[in-house]
Amino acid sequence: MDLTTVWFVIIAFLWTGYFVLEGFDFGVGMLAPVLSRGEAERRQVLTTIGPVWDGNEVWLITAVGAMFAAFPAWYAGLFSGFYLPVLLVLAGLIVRGVALEWRGKVATARERSWCDAAIFAGSALPAFLWGAIFAAVLADSGLAAVLGGVFTLALSLLHGAVFLALRTEGPVRRRARRAALTASLAAVPTGVVALSAIPAGGSPLLWAVALAAMAALASAVALTWRRREGWAFTATAGAIALGTAALFGALWPEPLPGITVAEAASAPYTLGVLTWIGLIALPFVLGYQGWTYWVFRKRVVSAPLSKVG
Amino acid sequence: MEALDLARWQFGITTVYHFLFVPLTIGLGVFVAGLQTAWHRTGKAHYLTLTKFFGKLFLINFAMGVVTGIVQEFQFGMNWSEYSTFVGDVFGAPLAMEALLAFFLESTFLGLWIFGWDRLPKRVHLATIWAAAIGSNLSAYFILAANAWMKHPVGYTVVDGKARMTDLWAVLTNSTAIAQVPHVVGAAFVVAGGFVIAVSGYRILRERRAGGGADARTWRSGLRAALVMTAVAGAVVAGTGDMSAKLLHEQQPMKLAAAEGLRHDESGAPFSVVPGVEIPGLLSILAANDPGAVIQGADDIQRRFAAEFGPGDYQPNIPAVFWSFRVMIVFGMATVGLSLLGLWLTRRRRRGGERPLPAWFARVCLLALPLPTLAVIAGWLLSEIGRQPWTVAGELLTAASVSPGVSLTEVAISLAVFTALYGVLAVAEFALLTRYVKAGPQEEPALRPGQGDGDDSPALQPTLMY
Ligand code: HDD
Ligand code: HEM
Ligand code: HEM
Repeated sequence: MDLTTVWFVIIAFLWTGYFVLEGFDFGVGMLAPVLSRGEAERRQVLTTIGPVWDGNEVWLITAVGAMFAAFPAWYAGLFSGFYLPVLLVLAGLIVRGVALEWRGKVATARERSWCDAAIFAGSALPAFLWGAIFAAVLADSGLAAVLGGVFTLALSLLHGAVFLALRTEGPVRRRARRAALTASLAAVPTGVVALSAIPAGGSPLLWAVALAAMAALASAVALTWRRREGWAFTATAGAIALGTAALFGALWPEPLPGITVAEAASAPYTLGVLTWIGLIALPFVLGYQGWTYWVFRKRVVSAPLSKVG
Repeated sequence: MEALDLARWQFGITTVYHFLFVPLTIGLGVFVAGLQTAWHRTGKAHYLTLTKFFGKLFLINFAMGVVTGIVQEFQFGMNWSEYSTFVGDVFGAPLAMEALLAFFLESTFLGLWIFGWDRLPKRVHLATIWAAAIGSNLSAYFILAANAWMKHPVGYTVVDGKARMTDLWAVLTNSTAIAQVPHVVGAAFVVAGGFVIAVSGYRILRERRAGGGADARTWRSGLRAALVMTAVAGAVVAGTGDMSAKLLHEQQPMKLAAAEGLRHDESGAPFSVVPGVEIPGLLSILAANDPGAVIQGADDIQRRFAAEFGPGDYQPNIPAVFWSFRVMIVFGMATVGLSLLGLWLTRRRRRGGERPLPAWFARVCLLALPLPTLAVIAGWLLSEIGRQPWTVAGELLTAASVSPGVSLTEVAISLAVFTALYGVLAVAEFALLTRYVKAGPQEEPALRPGQGDGDDSPALQPTLMY
């Protein structure tokens, strides 16, 4: 593989990490008002993502930084081309980030409800828009964009619900399971349409990946039904990863209409040194992020409210 | 009005705004880590109180640093696509390294710190705040190296109208970056120190008024630590500022001329304190260590640039640069002076122990919040306005950097959205910080030192966050 291909794969990997990880915390952000009754449960739900959401978001920042460095023209073309949708993504990420960090620090129930609204909107907007943006790159039509957006939104809801079922205890866990089954009613049909549209006209390999993504999605629903939460989460994560792989497969070798990867790429020197830096740094990142999930592996219970700090 | 003008306003506004929060993250992170280390070493309760109190203020601020930073990362692609395509090969590398090496460290370990108080062994928990603080400082290095490259591009060639990196090491050890990194990071510690000084002064006044004296020790030790930090960082800032000025003389003569309002080449150039008040020869000494050195003036440089790069206006907004320079130095050094005065007033006497802090000085402490903040903003205005009309010195003009396909309406919408959003968030952040400063330290459930691995306890709500 030449360096250009290597960097395309690395960037696909970073976006995959981002969609898999922030996918569930978008889902949790949207489900929080729906699945929790009362303040104690609301905190229980948000605590499942509290320690990790910012680390998850850095996958996006790294993906974008890597695009800037390795394929400047792709970076510049994508974000100036989708100016207003990207603006809305940023607005969403801004209000969501401050709301998640400040929610535990504001004083009144009213202020907390503002935070909840911001977390909901700030999760829903990017969850929808990323799907819409990439669908519009592949098929320049409004319908494709809406379909892609609804698919990623529904998939985030499903992924987040399964994550909550896995990470909580008590009534929230039961409701999360039901929410997952409900979300799958939207995620599966849009998924079948979107995933089969991605490889249209593409190679057999791309078809295989898209079909595997659909299979993972279907098995996620079955596993949720059978209360195999750990496996169900693995399956939703797999569906997102395979779907992202299919997406980037379809973007190769023209990540934007009229620009090829080779034209957009930085010079071999830059790609070479960045490869070394990436190879050294990524294992550490994966190691300590994995360790974080291990530290917080316990199911979160709904603790009695106590006024602390 | 063109898209270019609005894009420039947007960049200026969003970056200055981002930089309101950045210095506190950089400096306060280390300060809080130091406090927690002191608690760890001595076991004295007041260090824990201070750790948690300033830790909470730190986190309120951190959230704003993160969300405004994300905007910066996308903004180059959105508004400055020509710039991004031209420089991505060189400029993108430090940005990607910043995300990979610094942001992951910072965000992951901060999450562990916030939620790990009763989940991690005490030592490991202490290590997490240090890892996060190191991440913040590392990120400053990478982004400043990128910024320094725009002022003094090195380690590249231009091929087919694009900059191509030839030497990453040269980019990372750019002399401009070597001066700028300690200058800006030092300034960040001055801002953070000033913040702690102001908050401590306020708490001391407030508790005196309430008749209590119980917490005097707590605040006094926080205040002393912050005074030391500010004074030391101030020395670094002054020293590296002098370094920067010498580099300007070699690398960015137009900026130096603008900062001094010098119109014509002059040997033995005077330092103008304010227009009309000049100290003969001082500028030549400061910029070149030689009282007779020739300093280039703005009008003469303009002629030379026009000859080299073709007709055009190569002068920045000179009054803006001139006054920014003075605001930076005066307000910044005033903060350092304040910290030295405070150290003298709180010194330990050989007999009679500690003297109470004079009330007038506690009031003066409040100035330590706005002064250095204005100084760093002025520093950035000096640096960035003084760089105009270039985005990459000698290579790419700002006017040629903007996204060609983005319309005036689109930039206007995004400028409006960011301004509105940032305005509301500024009010909320200010309200939240003042509320916590006024409330003072909260009762915490007793943390047992050495509290353990938490394996058998259910995952409770985090102590610090909720
Ligand atoms: C001298 C320091 C400095 C400067 C000049 C900048 N930043 Fe910054 N940035 C930081 C120092 C910093 C920091 C201290 O590391 C922050 C502040 C709060 C935080 O979380 O990290 C940060 C946060 C931060 C984040 C969020 C990271 C996260 O999610 O954890 C991004 C994406 C950027 N920045 C990107 C930028 C870009 C593209 C800049 C150029 C215009 C920029 N920053 C200027
Ligand atoms: C965080 C600290 C920074 C501050 C406060 C700051 C401030 C500013 C200001 C005030 C402007 C507008 C100048 C004018 O239009 O006359 C500007 C422009 C600009 N700055 Fe910075 N800057 C900072 C860091 C950076 C960094 C780190 C970079 C690059 C990595 C950068 C790149 C630019 C670019 C591309 C412009 C273009 C717009 C223009 O020149 O008008 N800045 N900055
Ligand atoms: C505590 C006081 C000070 C603070 C907070 C401060 C802050 C800053 C900041 C944030 C910048 C922009 C980043 C950069 O370009 O490096 C800057 C630039 C600069 N500062 Fe300071 N500064 C202070 C004192 C000084 C002093 C005493 C000097 C000179 C003796 C000085 C000289 C400079 C110069 C020459 C630049 C422009 C560098 C360039 O554009 O490349 N500063 N300052």
